[in-house]
Amino acid sequence: MTADLKLYEEIKNSGIDLILSLPCILLKGILTLINEKKEIQHIPITREEEGVGIAAGAYLGGKTPAILMQNSGLGNSVNAIKSLLELYRIPIIFIISHRGVEGERIPAQIPMGELTPNLLDILNIKKFIIDSIENIKELKKAINFNKKSKNSVAILLKRSLWNDL
Amino acid sequence: MKRYDAIKKIMESLTVEIIICNLGAPSRELYNIEDRDENFYMLGSMGLVSSLSFGLAISKPNKKIICIDGDGSILMNLGSLSTIANTNPQNLTLIVIDNSSYGSTGDQKTYTNYKTKLDVIAKGAGFESIVVIKEAEEIMPKLKNLGVGCHFVLIKVDPGNAQVENIPLKPEDIRIRFMKAISRA
Repeated sequence: MTADLKLYEEIKNSGIDLILSLPCILLKGILTLINEKKEIQHIPITREEEGVGIAAGAYLGGKTPAILMQNSGLGNSVNAIKSLLELYRIPIIFIISHRGVEGERIPAQIPMGELTPNLLDILNIKKFIIDSIENIKELKKAINFNKKSKNSVAILLKRSLWNDL
Repeated sequence: MKRYDAIKKIMESLTVEIIICNLGAPSRELYNIEDRDENFYMLGSMGLVSSLSFGLAISKPNKKIICIDGDGSILMNLGSLSTIANTNPQNLTLIVIDNSSYGSTGDQKTYTNYKTKLDVIAKGAGFESIVVIKEAEEIMPKLKNLGVGCHFVLIKVDPGNAQVENIPLKPEDIRIRFMKAISRA
């Protein structure tokens, strides 16, 4: 099974029932699967911070939403993570392609890519790393932690998951 | 008509609808006009009230959701209009009370005071039902006349806040109370 298909199955089986997305070249395969299979409600968004707002509303309405985005979007979401999610204690799942680190070919990705793990730590968001097909199961761990602790979580998808180094 | 008068008329037009209200003065005014369990007050994250309302609308398709937004806030999150209009949830009314100013921070003017027209932006974003209201007495009949659909309602008002108290509720308590209320049949 390809990395994208395995990741897709893991997301589908995790209970996530709404995906809010902005694209990244690394997310191309998984986005295609989400669109083709039509098993999980999918709404493309225009900016990641908007996704945080939509996810918060969906959580209030009883859904388990996840935001699928590139790590650059974490910077666009900081205020909403603090003054919406943390303020009201609304736990959201972020599934993030981690650009700007090992194997990156675009210099503009590097500053935010290097900051991303530290930024998640400062934001008090527990991170789970998926860097190979074998540890796609980290997603289930992340979602269990999210449900039990009522804290937002970040799942960082590394380029090595797709053998794209 | 000021924002306070508009919110009062909106509340007189509604019955069981869920309301998500913009942060700052609008939420304080709504709290003082009619606090109810089905009100969710935004206290931070300016710009996201329309997004939160939309997220709720797609999660609760059988409930009517009313979003009370403002000109300064919607100008911070114009992409939200495209997402909402293209998804087109049939249970969402996005009301923008446009006082052409940042009312909670000292009435600095927004661009709607000059060239910017939010109803035209909403049309461009893809909204098919757009209502513009300029007089207080139009609010009740026009809101009551909205059927099922995804509506953009622009209410033009004068700047100025009512002198009302802060909301004494804790953010988490607002959320818990609200979630309990909307999960009832």
